[in-house]
Amino acid sequence: MESGTDAAFDPDLGWRLHHQVAVRPEPFGALLYHFGTRKLSFLKNRTIVEVVNSLCDHPDVRTACRAAGIDDAQQAPYLHALSVLAQSKMLVPQ
Amino acid sequence: MTSTQPVPKLVDQFEHGLDAPICLTWELTYACNLACVHCLSSSGKRDPRELTTQQCKDIIDELERMQVFYVNIGGGEPTVRPDFWELVDYATAHHVGVKFSTNGVRITAEVAAKLAASDYVDVQISLDGATPEINDAVRGAGSFDMAIRALENLADAGFTDAKISVVVTRHNVDQLDDFAALAARYGATLRITRLRPSGRGADVWDDLHPTAEQQVQLYDWLVAKGDRVLTGDSFFHLSGLGEPGALAGLNLCGAGRVVCLIDPVGDVYACPFAIHDRFLAGNILSHGGFDSVWKNAPLFRELREPQSAGACGSCGHYDSCRGGCMAAKFFTGLPMDGPDPECVEGYGAPALARERVKPKSSVDHSRSAPVMLKLLTKPPARLCNESPV
Repeated sequence: MESGTDAAFDPDLGWRLHHQVAVRPEPFGALLYHFGTRKLSFLKNRTIVEVVNSLCDHPDVRTACRAAGIDDAQQAPYLHALSVLAQSKMLVPQ
Repeated sequence: MTSTQPVPKLVDQFEHGLDAPICLTWELTYACNLACVHCLSSSGKRDPRELTTQQCKDIIDELERMQVFYVNIGGGEPTVRPDFWELVDYATAHHVGVKFSTNGVRITAEVAAKLAASDYVDVQISLDGATPEINDAVRGAGSFDMAIRALENLADAGFTDAKISVVVTRHNVDQLDDFAALAARYGATLRITRLRPSGRGADVWDDLHPTAEQQVQLYDWLVAKGDRVLTGDSFFHLSGLGEPGALAGLNLCGAGRVVCLIDPVGDVYACPFAIHDRFLAGNILSHGGFDSVWKNAPLFRELREPQSAGACGSCGHYDSCRGGCMAAKFFTGLPMDGPDPECVEGYGAPALARERVKPKSSVDHSRSAPVMLKLLTKPPARLCNESPV
């Protein structure tokens, strides 16, 4: 949280994939690659892939999770995974 | 991540192979200005069948479709290809990032400035000694100065985070701190990898590979100081020396599963350390493209099947080292389902002491020793023997 672009991950706000990140579908989920930081990340199931890919279509993260069939009580592990992606700049605020 | 269905561990997923490699190595040419004694690809002379510029671009198009995020370009010395920069630009314009390995011969101030301006190109300078004496004994006279000049040019041009790539040997293992200091001086990152008995490396491995004591020393150094050092996961055969997970990385052999090698004539091998017919999966030109070779080659399908632990099955470390490096075993003439020649439990040494046949290299582009031309020692018998006029 050193600067404006490094905002803490808030699931009540809108987030999206960084424009330099590519998503490659895989049988287990997906690979993410950030061409800027050259970091590789793994999405370990297909639901989280769906959430990540649809973030930009929703006003906030919780809505994106609900749309992917994850109700509020089940969201904690997904929000944690997304916050890790935000820390590594794979996700940025909308 | 919790979910209703148990998700297999990532390592298990990787062992079954992915739809496309995560990273692949592409040797663009067998031509090289140096003749390093341990060259993995036995490089020297250009292969006349070398892929053309257009054929290379077609491969890049295919890599883009397969979403191979980046390629590690090497050789030979890739920058001696006249179309090298054209291919780098083409790859990055097509969303295939490039990291290339060079001995530095073409990294002039002008080239360094151009590289500094690109966000998608990584440069890796090879150096096998932190002093000219140790480096040049392996890589040839003048090669230390050439590499340092390249690093200076990159640093002066503002290129950040170049990689210094070191193959760890018996003679430079004591210089790991010096390499780290060298990297710090040029704003670079140190990358150290394992000496493989591949290519010309087969001829020098017995004398150059770190001793058992030095392997422990290397492991301890990596655990203590390795968090900012890249290794390409190449020391997974040492992971049995300590707690699981003490070494960074996935610690698995990715050959044919998550990595592979494309050679200068379009042959696809299971990994960069396995240029031999035994590990040849197919050819891009004659087997319908890279995607087809990656997905359908019988060799790759075989590698993605569960592998037998063989003689290592009863060893408590098998889960951490997985029997070590396939190429290291093959090129030292050891059985593929037995211990790695540098097995941390010491099973490699007696295996090496037994009678074994080292496979002969099936791909060799080494330059032969120069043939000295002689001046005539006596005058020509007749004038027209020298001049036709």
